[in-house]
Order: sequence, then C-alpha cells, then structure tokens
Amino acid sequence: MNPQPLRPVSMPVRLVLGVAFVLAFVGLWALVTEGGIVSRLVLASPASVLRSGAALLSEHDFGLDIAITVLRVLGGFAIASILAIPLGVAMGAYGPIDALLRPTIGFARYLPAAGFIPLLILWTGVGETQKLAMVFIAAFFPLVLAISAAVANTPRAIIEVAYTLGTNRRRILGRVLLPYAAPQIADILRQVLGWTWTYGIFAELIASSSGVGHMITESQSMIATDQIIFGILVIGVIALVVDRFFRLAIRGLYRWSIT
Amino acid sequence: MSANLNPWRSNRPNPAGSVTVEQVSKNYPGAQRGAVVEALQPISLELREADFVSILGPSGCGKSSLLRIIAGLEQPTTGRVLLNGTPVSGPGTDRGMMFQSYSLFPWLTVRDNIGYGLRERGLAPAAQAAIVDSYVAEMGLEGFDRLYPVQLSGGMRQRVAFARALANDPKILLLDEPFGQLDNQTRALMQEFLLGLWERHRKTVLFVTHDIDEAIFLSNRCAVFTARPGAIKSETRIELPYPRHYTVKSGGRFSDYRARLTEEIRAESLKSTQVGPAFLGT
Repeated sequence: MNPQPLRPVSMPVRLVLGVAFVLAFVGLWALVTEGGIVSRLVLASPASVLRSGAALLSEHDFGLDIAITVLRVLGGFAIASILAIPLGVAMGAYGPIDALLRPTIGFARYLPAAGFIPLLILWTGVGETQKLAMVFIAAFFPLVLAISAAVANTPRAIIEVAYTLGTNRRRILGRVLLPYAAPQIADILRQVLGWTWTYGIFAELIASSSGVGHMITESQSMIATDQIIFGILVIGVIALVVDRFFRLAIRGLYRWSIT
Repeated sequence: MSANLNPWRSNRPNPAGSVTVEQVSKNYPGAQRGAVVEALQPISLELREADFVSILGPSGCGKSSLLRIIAGLEQPTTGRVLLNGTPVSGPGTDRGMMFQSYSLFPWLTVRDNIGYGLRERGLAPAAQAAIVDSYVAEMGLEGFDRLYPVQLSGGMRQRVAFARALANDPKILLLDEPFGQLDNQTRALMQEFLLGLWERHRKTVLFVTHDIDEAIFLSNRCAVFTARPGAIKSETRIELPYPRHYTVKSGGRFSDYRARLTEEIRAESLKSTQVGPAFLGT
C-alpha cells in the first residue's frame, strides 16, 4: 500500500479497515481481560459488559434510566436552541445587537460549564432543573456564536441581488438570510447536540437519583466496571444514532445545499 | 452617425431607461486609520434608452463601484445619478443587476429564482407562472426548471441569472463582468445570447468587463477607465451595425477598434500594476 496524501479510499477498503480495527480493539480487550492480564475488578471483559448490560435492562429497569437521561439532554438542548436560534440570527444579521452581546457571550463560552454544577445545585437543588440547566449552559453559548457566524456569512451578492429585485430591508432577513443559513443552522444544532451528551451525564454523576450517570456512580461504589462501561457505551450509541438521524433529516430537508 | 447604429431607440420625448451620471465620485475610508482611498474621480456619463455601454478598465479601477452606485447599493461621495431625470436614492426594480458570481438563490429552484422578483411584487401566481414559463423557454431551460442552481452548469446558471433579472422587466441592466467565470467557448455563446436578449428586450445596458473583444462585440459605446482612482479616459463609439453576427469579430473594423482600445487599456494597466515598459522589454 502506497500512502499518498489526500488519495481517496474506495468504499470496500474503507469498510474492511474500519471493521478490522474495531475487531482488533475488542479482541485485545478480550485478551487482556479474559486472559487474566488485567484484573476483572479494574477492567471488565467485553462479554461481562454485555451480560451485565442485559441484566441491567431486564432486572433493574435501566431502560427507564436511559429514557430519563435522553429526555434531560434533549430537553435542555431544546430550551437552549429555542433561545439561541433567534438570538444568534439577530446577532448575525444586525450589527448593533452583535456589538451589544458579543463581548459577553464571546466570554461566556469560555466559562467551564461543568464548574457551574455546584452553583446550580445551590440555586435549583438536585432536581430536573439542575440537569436541564447544565445542558442549557453547555449548549447555549456555542449555539449563539456559531449561528450568528452562519447568518453573518451570507454572501453580500445574493443580498444585493434581492434588493435590486424588490425585497426591502425589513423583509430581507426572512427572504434571504434565513433560508440561506437554514441548513448551516441545522448542522450547527447537530454538532452542538453531539457535545452536549457529556454534560447531561456529568450533571447526573454529581447529583442524581436516576439516569445513566446515576447508574454509573452507583456501579462505582460496587466496583462494577462492567456496568460503568455499559452505561458509557449506551450513551455513545444513542448519541451516534441521533446524529445519523439528524444528518439524514438535514439531507432530506435541504437537498439544494448538497453538491 | 449611421441610422442603424441603434435601431431599438424609440423617439418618445421622455424615453424610459436613460441614466445620467453627474460628477459622481467615491472615496472609501482607509483601513485602520489609513489614508482615504479614492476609488472614483468625479465621473459624468450619459446613457440613453436602449444604449449598450461597456466600461473597460484595469482591475480595481472603480468600474464596479460606479455600477454599484447606479444600482443604489452604494452612495456616491459626491455627485448624483439620475434615472429618467429622477435622482437615485437606493436599489430599485427599475435597475436589474447581475454579478460575476451569478448569485442565484441556492435554496430556490430555477423556476422560483426566475420568479423571485415577481413574487416580491405580489403578482398573482398564475401571472407569475406565465412569465416564468416564457423565460424558461426563451433561455432554453426547459426540463431544468425544477432543478436547484447547484445542479446546473455555469452557462445555465448564467441564463437563469439573466432570466431572473429580465423577468422583473427593469428598464436598465447593470452587468458586472457577468461572463467572468465562463470558459471561452461558453463565453462567446453567452455574448451572442446577451446581444439577442438586448435586441429583443430593448434594455439600457451598462456592462463592466475587462475583455476588449467582448466590449466591442456587444456595445454601441465603450468607455475606457483610467487606473485607480478611476475616471473616464475615453469614449469610443462602436459603429458596427446591429444585429451583429459573431463573424464581425474577424472583420477589419473590429480589428481597428481592438487595436485602439488595447493601446488605451494597456497604458492604464501598466500604471495600475506599477510596471514600467522597460520591465516588458518594449
């Protein structure tokens, strides 16, 4: 094989390589755990992860915990989106609004979202509000900034063409800026949602009596690494599936933006 | 002046589509407190109904600025632009503009791009459809009218852009290097196509280009711009009869115009690139 930079890889080769690495990784994992190289207390084997996962689902209502976590993440993300989309669009389209808010929001995005958890607990207790607020803080600022950039990057020429075709300033936002930026905004939502799962789990790790994060902390006290790994994998799989679904929806909705 | 120089000009007393540029200049504020950039020296230019005037000039000579000022997209620093005697205060549907980048609305189909201005005017859907259909046919876009711009070739996008500008029935077309992105063969065809459009629709056209042959072939008048800050160096009447066939490009009179305009442009290009004749070995 001759490694030439930027040379495309055919689909079958891509598939074989990808699957081979997964199998090698799981194989190595199985080898070091089943072969007794690493203690089962430190790292559970792949088979025991699957076994305990099945037990969690069938005997401990883990499905309910998964549903709770998914609802918390999607709920917090939905609230963040509902507020971030109009704000980001307004900042991207109107200079004075951007000038007003950018210094604050531009700074807020660098605040460590996880550091807010103790504050959130003091303010809102350990109920659902705290989880939603955690996800909200993690998602809101990046959403606003990325959406404003997408709107602000509308090509000047299509705005000007619209003016010469009779669109007035009041209507230009709805007639040109929004339709142009819509697929980018959808893609920004997809990406930020991808990062947000971590924060939902994080809020549950610190203070919760339900959800995947709660199961993980419980498992830690029982040194059940198989359950911890299963919980992590479940969230990974769900995030991946949601992301794929999002991608398909964007592709179906915005056929015009595909080259 | 021969009678057939511009057979499409009417003899009405107040012809629509006349443009008067009165002492228009444009300065841009310098970047980061730098000196003010003078883009256009005071320019006066007169276009009468159904004129096809080309502006030829080196890159960055301010020819696009002039076009944008006439379109109402920019304000002149001094002077004013009159349309049929009325000062321009902003963009309007009486002036259709086309850019080098085509600037089609990517989220709209060919049909909806062409009908965009009609919809903005609030025309009844049936009337919109009829006008769109006529332009789809005229531009040879049958069978492509439900596609999105991303699915079209460069030449087709160009035709959609023309159709979109014309469907709104502007009196004046402002064309900013519209063929700049096309390959030579497509470009030659689009020039003939534009000439045909102009002959059928009788618009006043102001056409910015840096292609000398293109300017001669299309226009009845060529204004050569100086290097920045732009000013009109000369105006040449192109007294080749319309309708023009592409074979005029190989005629003797065409060559004479080409030689003359090439010489004038060359002097300005040398100035704008800061290269002396010695550099070129002449």
